[in-house]
Amino acid sequence: MAEQAVRSSSEAVVPPRGAARWRTVDIVVTAVLGVAFGVVFWAWNLLWAAVGTAFVAFPPGQAFMYGVWLLPAVLAPLVVRKAGAGLFAELIAAIVSALLGSAWGSIVLLYGLLQGAAGEAGYAAFGWRRYGWPQAVLSAALAGGMAAFLDLYNYYPDWTAGWKTTYTALIVVSTVVVAGVGGMALTRALAASGALSSFASGRTRV
Amino acid sequence: MGPSRVRLAGWGFRHASRRAWAVRDVDLEIEPGERMLLTGASGSGKSTLLRALGGLLVPESGDAEGVLTVDGGLPDRRRHRVGMVFQDPDSQLVMTRSGDDVAFGLENAGLPPERIWPAVDAALDAVGFDLGRDRPTAALSGGQKQRLVLAGALAPRPGLLVLDEPTAQLDPGGADLVRSAVARAVGDRAATLVVVDHDVEAWLPLVDRVVELLPSGGVVEHAPGWAPAPLRFPSRRPSAPAELLLTAERAGYTHRGSSAPALCPTDAALSAGRTLAVTGPNGSGKSTLALLLAGLRPPTTGRVVAAPPLTAGLRNPARPPSRWRAADLVDRIGTVFQQPEHQFLTGRVRDELSLGPLRSGTGATAAGRLADELLERLGLSSLGDANPFTLSGGQQRRLSVATALATRPRVLVLDEPTFGQDRDTWAELVALLAEQQDGERALCLVTHDAAVVAALADDVLHLGVPAAVG
Amino acid sequence: MSTPFALGPARPVPLSAINPVAQLSAIAVLTVVLLVSRDLVAPSLLLGAELTLLPAAGLTSPGQVLRRIWPLLASAAGVAWVNVAFGSLSGAEAWISGATWGVRVLALALPGILLVAGTDPVRLADALTIHWRVPTRFAYGALAALRLVPLLAAEWETIRLARRARGVDAGASPVAHVRLLGSTAFALLVGAIRRGTRLATAMDARGFDSDVPRTNARGSVLRRRDVVFVVAAVAVCVAAVTVSVLLGAWHPVLG
Repeated sequence: MAEQAVRSSSEAVVPPRGAARWRTVDIVVTAVLGVAFGVVFWAWNLLWAAVGTAFVAFPPGQAFMYGVWLLPAVLAPLVVRKAGAGLFAELIAAIVSALLGSAWGSIVLLYGLLQGAAGEAGYAAFGWRRYGWPQAVLSAALAGGMAAFLDLYNYYPDWTAGWKTTYTALIVVSTVVVAGVGGMALTRALAASGALSSFASGRTRV
Repeated sequence: MGPSRVRLAGWGFRHASRRAWAVRDVDLEIEPGERMLLTGASGSGKSTLLRALGGLLVPESGDAEGVLTVDGGLPDRRRHRVGMVFQDPDSQLVMTRSGDDVAFGLENAGLPPERIWPAVDAALDAVGFDLGRDRPTAALSGGQKQRLVLAGALAPRPGLLVLDEPTAQLDPGGADLVRSAVARAVGDRAATLVVVDHDVEAWLPLVDRVVELLPSGGVVEHAPGWAPAPLRFPSRRPSAPAELLLTAERAGYTHRGSSAPALCPTDAALSAGRTLAVTGPNGSGKSTLALLLAGLRPPTTGRVVAAPPLTAGLRNPARPPSRWRAADLVDRIGTVFQQPEHQFLTGRVRDELSLGPLRSGTGATAAGRLADELLERLGLSSLGDANPFTLSGGQQRRLSVATALATRPRVLVLDEPTFGQDRDTWAELVALLAEQQDGERALCLVTHDAAVVAALADDVLHLGVPAAVG
Repeated sequence: MSTPFALGPARPVPLSAINPVAQLSAIAVLTVVLLVSRDLVAPSLLLGAELTLLPAAGLTSPGQVLRRIWPLLASAAGVAWVNVAFGSLSGAEAWISGATWGVRVLALALPGILLVAGTDPVRLADALTIHWRVPTRFAYGALAALRLVPLLAAEWETIRLARRARGVDAGASPVAHVRLLGSTAFALLVGAIRRGTRLATAMDARGFDSDVPRTNARGSVLRRRDVVFVVAAVAVCVAAVTVSVLLGAWHPVLG
């Protein structure tokens, strides 16, 4: 018989310190999520480097990549369940990207900060108490909205209103699907692998 | 402050997520300055006990019973008195420079900077680390890294030093380095020492007493002069006449942008029915050779040639293995990596076993039957639906070997198969590999474990110096 | 594979002498001014000022610089073109506008590249915790995770090879490629979380989670040259905006 026998959550012992306090493992794993995604981006960028410049000329093609880029902001709170996890993870991913030599330098840092904050707002709206589908989708939508806004402000300010709206819609849909739905699915898969045994997300089902 | 006294009376612990007790009924008294070796079968709870000594088992992670005190107080109040060293140096080093890492624990203790650096120098000296304070930690060998971790644990002058499998991930040279560092550091008996290690014989000269943790609960004190039962090697079968399957001809590899080769041009031959062991010190390119033979990397000099028995059925037999499609590769050359988790692709053990056959073209029902057979052979039938990542270390290792065998490749390449294994899982794995040594298959073992070489190898390649053993 | 993972300059460059916190302050000032500008003059002048600092960051030859920023250059050119092609303006006006956005992108990105070329992450963490009172547990927890970057990159390669050994490779289909990348990323993530959990345990064992206030063995000092650096950055911004106003080109976002 398998050794793991998960006890129901109602038997959980009350932790001595405040449950909202960040433990070391919360800090390090959130940072590691950011770092891992920073490395994934680097690996993906090597792949898309040649193709990527073509994407700039045809922005809708970037939509899928955006979803992945925003995963840390949506995923980290689902795993760690602490206030600020999304912002922290997204910022670390941006810092790692910059340190690995991203050509976009401080733009990457700016984007990471603002996108992370937008994603965090999705969880803040529920008081950081619930970490399920509505929260993930809202977080992804807000982060995607911020990403689209930043792009339209920095890169495509001269576009017609029609193009701007289309672009925003594409980005938001992509992030909701990839980061929101994908983030939830990823959390479940990670929990199933036993990697999240130190977290509440690995022990209970949402 | 002096060395610590440890006392356990009727102590036991059960993890929150499990039904069975990890440890039970432990009665133990460890005198200040004593050196103790803790042994026991896999799963007997040794790691749990060590973590408890370090004050790392927070109450919310499970239930404890009985008494456990370090210097008369609860361990989580005495964490500053305990220094711990775990298996994996890369999961313990925090900073990028050697001196900064040793200073980490002292910074946490709130020591002012002018007192930190002298203590860092003293700790580095105590373990014999002579590479200075500014050495990048990423550039160190495994043994050096563990020595540095030990220095970091010793810098705050703990009363109790706890080592949990400190040499499990090191080659023999690195393991010696760590053991001599420990001997040097505890020479003055200023700290009590508790060690758990799978290589029991090597630690016997250093420790005062040996205590065994029984899986059913309780401890047994071994008499002085005790030695563990010697490893049992499976009886070797005579090898059949050799049919050449795979050769490396002056194959070498240099990383792009690097000046020194990772592997110097080497010759190697794999023949059906024979087992080749590739040995050599760290940095000699053993793992690189394994990757070249396995067709996973093309050599930058020389070539790797597959003989007709292997290339039968290929659309383009003239191509070297590194240019084969992965589906063709998987049923001709099987590879088992050092870390089993790197090779897991699915969420169920049964799916892992049927993946290879499916990929190489077997039908779904045949693949399923194959998977069930393998589950039986491995003793994992009850875990067919479990997630591979949740298996224990030994089970994962057996599973990764089985997944490579599922496609019945003629050649099997294994990179450090006994990495991180304890005595029991080592024996199981060697038995499993011995079963594969029939007349049809060629095995290539890259290993620094001399016992594996003695147990299984017919030929030994000491990187450039081949020698027939069997 | 080793050079990008040094995570910091191999040797100190002149820019390393400026405290990271001073560099960050300068970047913040520059970023705000750039985000607010919509003309061609001010961003161009600021870009010029940034380019003069390239040698101080150790980027002396044009080849070196190009290697680092060619995707950015391509992107900036693309930005200019895209705005012309899909934009609401036309003719010369459109091209000037497009060029403005392109220059702004370059000017926004470059300071970060300068910072990364001259700063060691450990010094950055020290500076942030000492001068800007960033919580030490977060800064050094992040630093510990950062150390894993070269290890994770090596592991990515190993996992990719392990997949080929299992009979899984991408072949020609892009969908298969994405799925393979996804599965490789998942295995990397699991390994990274496991390693992070063990690292956290080791850090706790060394007293990281105690309530004792942490000291810093290396320290960080703010010198006169750091103040001068920030003041100079502000002065350059003021000068750029002034020139723009005098040329009649200045029309900021909220004006």
